[in-house]
Amino acid sequence: MLSRENLVNLVLAATLLAVPLAANALGQPFYVTLATRIAILALAATGLNLALGLGGLVSFGHAAFFGIGGYAAGILATHGFSGDPLIFGLPGTNQMWVIWIVAVVVAGLVGLAIGAISLRTSGVYFIMITLAFAQMVYYFAVSWPAYGGEDGLSILVRNQFPGVMTMRPLSFFLICYVILLIGIGLFALIRASRFGSALQAARQNEVRVATVGIEPYRIRLTGFVISAMMTGLAGALFADLNRFVSPSMLSWHMSGELIVLIILGGTGRLFGPLAGAALYVAFEYALGGLTERWQFFLGLILLVVVLFARGGLLGLLAGKARHG
Amino acid sequence: MLLDVAKIEAFYGASQALFGVDLSVAEGEAVALMGRNGMGKTTTIRAICNLNPPRAGRVKIGGVDIRGKRPHHVAKLGIGLVPEGRRCFPNLTVRENLVAAARPGTWTLERVNELFPRLEERHAQMARSLSGGEQQMLAIGRALMTNPRLLILDEATEGLAPVIRQDIWKAIRRLKAEGLSILVVDKTLSELLPVADRCVILENGKSAWSGKPADLTSELQDRYLGV
Repeated sequence: MLSRENLVNLVLAATLLAVPLAANALGQPFYVTLATRIAILALAATGLNLALGLGGLVSFGHAAFFGIGGYAAGILATHGFSGDPLIFGLPGTNQMWVIWIVAVVVAGLVGLAIGAISLRTSGVYFIMITLAFAQMVYYFAVSWPAYGGEDGLSILVRNQFPGVMTMRPLSFFLICYVILLIGIGLFALIRASRFGSALQAARQNEVRVATVGIEPYRIRLTGFVISAMMTGLAGALFADLNRFVSPSMLSWHMSGELIVLIILGGTGRLFGPLAGAALYVAFEYALGGLTERWQFFLGLILLVVVLFARGGLLGLLAGKARHG
Repeated sequence: MLLDVAKIEAFYGASQALFGVDLSVAEGEAVALMGRNGMGKTTTIRAICNLNPPRAGRVKIGGVDIRGKRPHHVAKLGIGLVPEGRRCFPNLTVRENLVAAARPGTWTLERVNELFPRLEERHAQMARSLSGGEQQMLAIGRALMTNPRLLILDEATEGLAPVIRQDIWKAIRRLKAEGLSILVVDKTLSELLPVADRCVILENGKSAWSGKPADLTSELQDRYLGV
């Protein structure tokens, strides 16, 4: 029998698929794009949810990985288009799957470097040092004229995927949707594994974890790197959605947004990031149409969630979180 | 010698708690670590696990000096600690608590569930929702999942209902019979002495007496353990 949470999850996943299919049938591609945005942000937040939800690592620097994924797509596509070699005579590409691999690997390596240093601290210091690293990447992008600097970088034609017309909004949505489901599946596998249990145990008590022979640092670093990789992949998709990448993907606002998505949806919950992203994008769209100051109202809603519904949307719909 | 503790001294900040503790546990042996409250039993255990590293003396586990080793390294040398106060991971399920600790060896989830059938019944429950006795079983199960060479039980039956105590002692006797080395701290002498091969008594942070349970006369008990 389906538990209440699984039922809510199923409804969320089905709705995210049904809305763009219906919108496409009705000739409303804008809503397809909106759903794609939800899927991509949910993937980025699912990545962060590994570190934050399971590991208790409040990373305020995940925009760095999101942006790095975005720039991987932008830079490879630019070279692919112009035919100029990238480095060591290697060409760029307009093949999404190559871009995804590069985005995941680069985000993972940067995550390894940032995590290796940041995870020596904890609490507020961890938050601040991840923020500092992300800001370093941000200012580097701003001051790097070769790839647009502050103005960002346009991707002239959306990158290709074998057998799919990626320029059709619905096709691109389906790519993002499938990747999101794979990402969520991976999260579920990790959470159920020995590694996932250890990561959660380390969140709850470092000393007790050490007395059963687990080194908290290594477990956390592994979790942080996987988390960075998933968020990096989302960044590559986001760049392809907008056909544009700019330093704003790397800014601390973005890091904050990812944390907000998780809190809105339900920290540590499997479908929390998707619920949060759906809520966030819906607010952005609905309130953004009424007032320029929609973020003020989002702030109020966030306040209500933190004060009265600490399990987020999933906590409200599917009952009390097992998370703590 | 599996565990060899020689003349360790340990401190809490500036105040000295251990003034020279000697203790050893051989392969397959069960040793009772005894003494009144505040004499240094838990501090000795913390020193063995390097949670509170000794400032003098040495601790060897299977011949390896633990000096400078981090607690998780000490655990990997084969120490399975069941800490005082049933310290599980409250927000993990019973199964997750066990699986998180797992290391390859003869102790598996199935065997732990067989030792404590109540854990199997509650495998999907949060550890925080278990009764005190069940949490204690979980703490022991978790230590066993690491496949330790030496199981350390610090006040494993304290504050439990008599029926549950019986279950825990039954499990301890079974582990001993299977040849596991055990270092056990407990106040219930009637249960402790039949299990122990040897007793070590601490007084004021020093080893004061050691010998066979049969030699622990009522005078000695009054002198070292009486209140």
